[in-house]
Amino acid sequence: MVSKTSGSYVPWSKERTIEVVDKHRCERGPLMPILHELQEMFGYIDPDAVDLLASELNLSKADVHGVVTFYKDFRSDSAGDSVIRLCRGEACQSMGAEELARHALEHLGIGFGATTPDGAVTLEQVFCLGNCALSPAVMVEGRLKGRVDESRFDEIVNELKARAR
Amino acid sequence: MTGAVTVFVPRDAAARSVGADEVADAIALEAAARGKQVHLVRNGSRGMCWLEPLVEVSTPHGRVAYGPVEAHGVGELMDAGMLDGAPNSLWLGQTDEIEHLKRQTRFSFSRVGIIDPLSAEDYETNGGLAGLRRALEMTPQQIVSEVTKSGLRGRGGAGFPTGVKWQTVLDTPSELKFIACNADEGDSGTFADRMLIEGDPFVLVEGMVIAALAVGASEGYVYIRSEYPDAIATMQAAIDIAYLNGWIGPTVLGSSRAFDLYLRVGAGAYICGEETAMLESLEGRRGVIRAKPPLPAIAGLFGRPTVVNNVLSLAAVPPVLAEGADAYSQLGVGRSRGTQVFQLAGNIKHGGVYEVAFGLSLGELVEGIGGGTASGRPVRAVQVGGPLGAYIPTSHFDLPLDYEAFALVGAMVGHGGIVVFDDTVDMSRQARFAMEFCAEESCGKCTPCRLGSVRGVEVIDRIVAGIDREDNMSLLEDLCETMADASLCAMGGLTPSPVRSALEHFPEDFNKFRAPSL
Repeated sequence: MVSKTSGSYVPWSKERTIEVVDKHRCERGPLMPILHELQEMFGYIDPDAVDLLASELNLSKADVHGVVTFYKDFRSDSAGDSVIRLCRGEACQSMGAEELARHALEHLGIGFGATTPDGAVTLEQVFCLGNCALSPAVMVEGRLKGRVDESRFDEIVNELKARAR
Repeated sequence: MTGAVTVFVPRDAAARSVGADEVADAIALEAAARGKQVHLVRNGSRGMCWLEPLVEVSTPHGRVAYGPVEAHGVGELMDAGMLDGAPNSLWLGQTDEIEHLKRQTRFSFSRVGIIDPLSAEDYETNGGLAGLRRALEMTPQQIVSEVTKSGLRGRGGAGFPTGVKWQTVLDTPSELKFIACNADEGDSGTFADRMLIEGDPFVLVEGMVIAALAVGASEGYVYIRSEYPDAIATMQAAIDIAYLNGWIGPTVLGSSRAFDLYLRVGAGAYICGEETAMLESLEGRRGVIRAKPPLPAIAGLFGRPTVVNNVLSLAAVPPVLAEGADAYSQLGVGRSRGTQVFQLAGNIKHGGVYEVAFGLSLGELVEGIGGGTASGRPVRAVQVGGPLGAYIPTSHFDLPLDYEAFALVGAMVGHGGIVVFDDTVDMSRQARFAMEFCAEESCGKCTPCRLGSVRGVEVIDRIVAGIDREDNMSLLEDLCETMADASLCAMGGLTPSPVRSALEHFPEDFNKFRAPSL
C-alpha cells in the first residue's frame, strides 16, 4: 500500500507471518488485510508465505496464490528503495501524461514494473491517483504529487537517487 | 490560544500534492519569527484545485482566502498583512463570497473545507449527527421510506434508487446483514469520494449507521482503494474517534442498537469498484465479479443481505434525514433529484469539485464554471462518467446533466467525473486506450470482456494503420456489440461506449493513414 524505503523492511520469517495471521484470524475474510500487512513488513509476499497462509487459514494454495497474483499491489519480490507510480489515466493523458511516461521510461532507462540497476527507483504505471484536476499526477513513496512536468519528474528522481547513495 | 489567529491549510491529498504541507510549515515558522500566535487547522479542500494550496485566515469578518500560496512566498504574504486578512496579489476575498463557491448547492459537501475533518466537536456543531438522532427515533421502514421519498439515486454510476435497494435488504430476513461502502473510486477524472473522506469522514460514518438502522444491519465495511493513502488514514482515524465517542460500537449514541465499522483496503484492481467484485475482495478472494442475480441486497457479503452503496450516496443520507426528504427532492430535474458532485478534471482551467443540482448543461459546466481548457486551446472532447463513459463533442454542450438526458444519447453521468481534452487529442488513441484499459483491468470471468478488449486493441490498430479499413470497421462494430450485449458486468459492457462515441463523433481521427492506392 504505502511504499516504504527498503531499509525499513525486515527479512521474511515464518514466525512473524504467523503473528500477523493471529492478529487477523478472527476477522471476516482476513486474507487481504493479512497480505497488506505482510507486504508492509517484508516488502513483498514470499512464495513460502503462500503455503503457510493456506494451511493457517484453511484455504487452498491455489486460492492464496490466486489472490496474491490477482492484485497488482502484491509483489512477489522486493521493489527498489523508492517506488514512483505514474498515472496514465485519461485525465492525466489530457495533460500530457503519455509524453511524461515516455520521458520517464527514457530517463530511467527501464520499463514499467522494473527497477533501475542501482536499485534506487522502481517505476510503476497506475490508472488514476485521484488528483485529476492537478494532472499529470505521480505518487512517490505513497505521497501524491500534482502538476508534474518532465523537469519536476527529473528533480524527484534525482532527489531519490541522491538519497539512495 | 487567546489572541492566536486561526489559519486553515488543507490536508487534502490534492492540496498536499502541490505543497500544502510545506506551506503549513512555513506559516508556523514565519509566524513564530514575527512573534505572532497562529492556530493552524488542517481542513479539507474547498474543491477549487487550481487555487491550491488555498490558505484561509479567520478574521472578524469571516474567513479570508489566499491562493495558490507557495511556501517560499509565505513570509512576504505575512509582511503584507495576511494574518489580518489584508489584500495582496493572492487575496481572494471572503471565502464565502467567492463566486465559484457561492453558485454551488453544497449538500453532501456542506462541511468539506470548512471544518477540521477529524474534530468530533466541529462535526456536531456544524449539523453533524442530526440525521442519525432523528433516525434513532424512527422505525426502519420510516427511514427507508424517507430515503425513497427523497429520490436519492446511487452515486456510484448506475443511478439505482437507494431507497429501493434498502427496501430489498430490509425485506430480506437474516440475523446478519451488512452495509458495504464502495470507496474504490477507480475512474479517472473522479475524486469526490476521496475529497469527501479526507474532508468530512464522519458524514460517511453517520450515513452508514443510518443505513444499518434502516435495514437491520450490525456490521459495516468501507472499502477504499490503496491508491488513496491519505483517505485511508483519515477514514481509520475517523472510525476510531467515532468509537471513542460512542457514535458506533455496542450502543450507538447510547441507544440499544449496535454497529461495528471496519476499514478494508483494496490492492490495485479497478474491477473491485464493481460491487460484486468488491464483495469478493472483502471476503478475501480475487476480485472476480459475480453473476447477478442473486442481487447483493439479497445475497451479498458472505452470502448475507448487503447494502452496497457509493460514498456519495451514503454521505447524502444524513442531510436527507436531518432536513427531510422534501428538502432534497426539491432540487434537480425529472427523475434526477437532488445534487450531483461534479468533478471537473483533465485539461481544465478551473478544475475541482462542483456540487450543484442536476440540470445544468454540460457546456455551462465545462466552459462557464470550468473556464475552458488549462492549455488555453479549444475544447475538442469531454469524457463524462469515467473510462467507461462516452466521449462527447462540443456540439452536444447543450446536453443537460441528468441521468435520463445522458442515457438518451448513449452517454452516462456516472459518478460525475468530467475529463476535458483540448484540440490536440487524437481520438483514435483514446478509443484504443479504452480497449487497452479493459484488457489490463478485466477480471477475466467472461469472454467478451477478457478477449474482446484484446482483439479491440488489435482491430483499432489495423484501422488506424489503414489495413482493410472497411472490413475492420465492421469487425470493430461487431465486437463492440458483442461486448456491450454479452459481458457480465459494466466493465466489458460499457467499454464500447468510449470507442463507439469516438468513432461516431471524431471519425476523421481514424482515417489519418490511408492505405496505399492500388
